[in-house]
Amino acid sequence: MALALVLVPLAFAAAAAAMPSQKWRPWLLPACGTVHLALTILALGRPDVAAIGGWLKLDDLGRLVLAVVSVLFFACSLYAPSYLALRTERSNRVFVPCLLVFLAMTSLIVESQHLGLMWVAIEATTLACAPLLHFNHHARSIEATWKYLLIGSVGVALALLGTFFLAYAALRAGLGSSLFFADLVREAPRLSRPWLHAAFVLLFVGYGTKMGLAPMHTWKPDAYGEAPGIVGTLLAGALTSCAFLALLRFFQIAAAGGEAEFARQLMIGIGLFSMAVAGVFMARQRDYKRMLAYSSVEHMGILVLGIGIGGLGVFGSLLHLVNNAVTKGVMFLSAGNIHRAYGSKSTEDVRGALRRLPFSGALFLAGFFAVTGSPPFAPFLSEFTIVRAAMTQGHAVVGALFLLMLAIVFIGMGGAVLAVVQGEPPEHEPEGFRDRLGTVAPIALLMAIVVLLGVYVPPSVGALVSNAAAFVEGRR
Amino acid sequence: MQVAVDPLLVVLLLVNFFLLGTSRLRALISGSASQGALLALLVLSVHGGITLQAALIALATIALKTIVIPAMLTRALRDAAIHREIEPVIGFVPSLLLGGLGTGLSLVFARTLPLAPEHAGSLLVPASLATAFTGFLLLATRRKAITQVVGYLALENGVFVMGLTLVEAMPLFVEIGVLLDLVVAIFVMGIIIEHISREFSSIDTTRLSSLKE
Repeated sequence: MALALVLVPLAFAAAAAAMPSQKWRPWLLPACGTVHLALTILALGRPDVAAIGGWLKLDDLGRLVLAVVSVLFFACSLYAPSYLALRTERSNRVFVPCLLVFLAMTSLIVESQHLGLMWVAIEATTLACAPLLHFNHHARSIEATWKYLLIGSVGVALALLGTFFLAYAALRAGLGSSLFFADLVREAPRLSRPWLHAAFVLLFVGYGTKMGLAPMHTWKPDAYGEAPGIVGTLLAGALTSCAFLALLRFFQIAAAGGEAEFARQLMIGIGLFSMAVAGVFMARQRDYKRMLAYSSVEHMGILVLGIGIGGLGVFGSLLHLVNNAVTKGVMFLSAGNIHRAYGSKSTEDVRGALRRLPFSGALFLAGFFAVTGSPPFAPFLSEFTIVRAAMTQGHAVVGALFLLMLAIVFIGMGGAVLAVVQGEPPEHEPEGFRDRLGTVAPIALLMAIVVLLGVYVPPSVGALVSNAAAFVEGRR
Repeated sequence: MQVAVDPLLVVLLLVNFFLLGTSRLRALISGSASQGALLALLVLSVHGGITLQAALIALATIALKTIVIPAMLTRALRDAAIHREIEPVIGFVPSLLLGGLGTGLSLVFARTLPLAPEHAGSLLVPASLATAFTGFLLLATRRKAITQVVGYLALENGVFVMGLTLVEAMPLFVEIGVLLDLVVAIFVMGIIIEHISREFSSIDTTRLSSLKE
């Protein structure tokens, strides 16, 4: 089971690479998405999923992130055939296999219990994403890919250095330096403190770059701005969640080794800084896809902030991981539709999306209210939980700043979103794109999840999140 | 064989300065290739003899870092028809001085980290940090895409040297996985460089400036 979650997408990727038909190749995506989702549901139902002598194992945190990745990929895979049918001018011979390799590698990250193996999988996602970002093959997409590749690789190289530091700390403590997660957490109190400290800083910077926390976020607006909607969704929803999972693994080791206070302060500081940077750059943003990238920076800040606050904040942060991923799917896919219809990403050219694309426009608007934390949508619940945690656990100033940033982001983002959806559409129609079932239904599915989780958290989802929170805090 | 480790590391540090000081791109690529060969020798001497794992890793390192990657970079250089790094953000002499400063600071910082008895007094940790710092400097201050790739390689080499302290600990297939990821990364970068030079008729990354706030 654990192995199948990685090998099945790889087999589909090989099939996609071998398949000669440009027209039928995209249909492998929904096929693989469905199989992967079914495997995930089966795996979540079992108490113990492991393979290769404990190298791969689904723990409580892994279960949560795997569920998020699988659902998000499923929705994207339903959207992909209709999207690629509109892009027949570009070959999808590389695009489709890379998406499937991406799914395999994210599953591998989630399941790895060996930190070296996890690093290999994370670097592999960086590489699988490069051709995805470069799909459009124009000057701007080359620029975005180059920046993404270079900054991402440097970040991941620093994370490798941090992983080696951690292994050395274990070696020096006479543990024969194992890089198995469970061993390191158990033996953390015996690890050498200076090495542990240096390792955590390097790993935070490295995987923080991958997550897109400010000030390591500079690749993000370029990459998300130029990426096709599906790729934006998978980067902002799935890959960032996996990078966050990696960060949490090291947070757990650092906390068990007596560095919890330092780690939490670092996370609160960087979390608030990310939110502030996002607020500043969103204020007069004219490119609505870059705006979504800054929204992602903001939400990554919220995730680490929740962990930094601790206690109830950890639960809020992990719930927000789910909500952020699903909401980002709504935003990126509907923004992709609007981009297709108008041929422009600038709020100066795009007006009246509600008229020209009634469904995509409405979903984009609803997604905006959801992503900025308005009730009754799901992110409201998780953001409220984090604020409550801050207020009741002696971080009143942090809570107040958090609310202030949310308000700034709401205003900044609102200006751009309303400019896009309201008004009269311009006369000429560059591409003649219209809403159709294949490009709207997957977004509506994600929106339905956002609304459902906002009004009622099903017990199974609640248990998934609270188990993961207990796991991160070392209570499970 | 252990005695050879420190002299090899000193040569590695000297190559770092060569990378920082040269403006000819071909020399830069040769410097990077020679670092690959040094790393392979280091693997053998740290393992203290020719074990199967050491031989495999050393062979893979030579094959990738001394042959495959430099060949790919040389081809990219020929296709783009350029020879020199011109107008770096920081001049060559200041970047040499910065490199010297970084090496000194690495020595000081490594002192503050407690070492295991078998590594006491060894240059492995400071050499690792200094090489990684050199890579950073090249990445941040040079404009040609190829120089940036060489910078990334130097950064990776620094991390690799740190990995040498863990030879007994790292499973073989994780090390091979790391090397494989590296070569794929350089391969993908090579493809993108080709696209850059076709699209912009240059591999000067300062032309990549249409995306900004």
